[in-house]
Amino acid sequence: MSEAPAAEGRAWARPSLDIDRRMVVSIAVAVGLILFAIFGLPALFGSDWITTFTSVIVYSIVALGFGLLYGRVGMISLGQVALLSIGCWVGTRLAYATAIPFPLLLIVVGVVVMAIGLLVGLTAIRLSGLYLALITLMFAGATTIVLSVIDFPNGGGGFTGHTSSPNLSGLANVRRPSVAVGDTAYYRYVVIVAAILFVIALLHVASKPGRAWATIRESEPAALAAGVNITFYKLWAFALASFLTGVAGCLLAALNGVSRAINFQTQDSLTLAATSLIGGIFSLWGALIAGVFNQLLPFLFQAQWNVNPNFLLVVFGAGLLQVLLSAPGGLVDQFPKDMVNLGRLITGKVPVTRQAVLGIGSIVALIVGIVLLATVTPLVGLIVVILSPVLAAYSLN
Amino acid sequence: MIQIDNLTVRFAGITPIDDMSVVFPGGACGLIGPNGAGKTTFFNVMSGFVKPASGSITAFGENLLKMADYRRSRWGLRRTFQTEMAIEQLSIFDNVAMIHEHSGAKRSARRADVLAAIEFVGLTASPKTKVGTLGARERRLVEVARAVVGRPRLVLLDEPAAGLPEEETGHLGQVIQSIPVEFGALVILVDHDMSLVSSCCATTAVVDFGKLIASGPTAEVLRNQQVMQAYLGTETPV
Repeated sequence: MSEAPAAEGRAWARPSLDIDRRMVVSIAVAVGLILFAIFGLPALFGSDWITTFTSVIVYSIVALGFGLLYGRVGMISLGQVALLSIGCWVGTRLAYATAIPFPLLLIVVGVVVMAIGLLVGLTAIRLSGLYLALITLMFAGATTIVLSVIDFPNGGGGFTGHTSSPNLSGLANVRRPSVAVGDTAYYRYVVIVAAILFVIALLHVASKPGRAWATIRESEPAALAAGVNITFYKLWAFALASFLTGVAGCLLAALNGVSRAINFQTQDSLTLAATSLIGGIFSLWGALIAGVFNQLLPFLFQAQWNVNPNFLLVVFGAGLLQVLLSAPGGLVDQFPKDMVNLGRLITGKVPVTRQAVLGIGSIVALIVGIVLLATVTPLVGLIVVILSPVLAAYSLN
Repeated sequence: MIQIDNLTVRFAGITPIDDMSVVFPGGACGLIGPNGAGKTTFFNVMSGFVKPASGSITAFGENLLKMADYRRSRWGLRRTFQTEMAIEQLSIFDNVAMIHEHSGAKRSARRADVLAAIEFVGLTASPKTKVGTLGARERRLVEVARAVVGRPRLVLLDEPAAGLPEEETGHLGQVIQSIPVEFGALVILVDHDMSLVSSCCATTAVVDFGKLIASGPTAEVLRNQQVMQAYLGTETPV
């Protein structure tokens, strides 16, 4: 390489690609967060909160699957909650039918849902964009209907394991791992399983499949020219996302004890997509924020503030519009930037422009709107919430 | 040596490549012609995106058209696109590494090969920089680094200098010129920048309306009457 024309002009000597400071920081943050989640949160909150935190983690895993498909490969799947419900169903059925250890049960359910996800993927792989979104949404609709007919297993016999006249005295919940029977212990168990799944996703994203996915997302012709087997890597992404979602479904089955078909609606897949986009689909952290939005906010609305959680659809809509308009990287990307900009504004390093005022106004409107929703009257709150993306739109130009 | 014999491509109603025969002897070869002359279509045939109606392409003694499109990269075919397609989400290193991963080159040599390619094109940014944060010039260089990593045999560059200011084209020209020397690959360069083509390419072929109208040493070809007519219009005053 010594004759290369640019060799003498290079400003860097072979930099190390090994662990650097930024990586150390993110690992430290992740470990700190996991430790806080395991030891800190249960000490600070009561048992009803802990159950909600468990479902926040479960839905984070589902959002992780959605983010992998859309953020990394560019495939919109609107059927992720349907896969979750299938995982929950299979987990419930196998838990009643077998006595295999819980970790093995998680893997088996993950593999079964992976097979189903691959089947959906095989038929959907030739479609993209709106058509793929529609097909997966139809799959979610079909799943909802089938579930409403056969319902969840409740200890009955046959394939469905459902009996309409269950012997209530003998009706047992889906078992939890023997080391984590109580709600808090089970919550900690779910945190650890989720951490393992996030690491699996991270290893994929940071290695050969992740690079191939990013190439496909950028341009399929360029991927083909680079010799990437597009079908194979798309199916791989479907398989991984489905596996993660299946494991999440099995975790949910043991959390619920007895699941109900009514808890899984077709529109939940849409809400999951919206909250995933709000959280941020290009970062694995975004999935965690999506889980918080998806599960913690409804809990706060319903159980803590006595507000109809359906109002959240409007909040998510306004939030999604904000994100799509001004922050394609989602909250996980935008929030730190906003804070830095706010700091600069306050310290007077940058002048206060009309854009900045409108941008801040839109975020304030969202927060104030939610508070008004919860405290004063829903109608006033909704109007303020809807004002938020309008302000965001005008802050762009 | 790349030999194209009687290549014809037809889309519904039009014939972007019409019975074209041309030889690219080796080194860096120019391929020029007015807009719509069939240059990019020719590259698409080479990549396997477009199936020709007839004709043959012999690359270093092998029948390229018989090879499946996804296997051509492993064989050593590399290309860049008119609209730059470096992957924004990935770092410079990963952009180049992913080509290496699918090229069939040795895994143990990946890191060294990738860094060598980045160094070769003269990218001064850290290899860990996300490509999405780079400017147009650096992205073009990332694309060229992608085109030279992992034992390339044939490198197709589709207007690599498009949109670059003149002083930056000079550096790119040096890089392109040294690809055959450094990697032993044959380069076919499509560009509208005649100074780039004449500084890089010993030989040049000119196409217009899907037909070869001239080929040979670059300086001679650029003086050719027909070539000037193709570029400047047919109404030459006598």
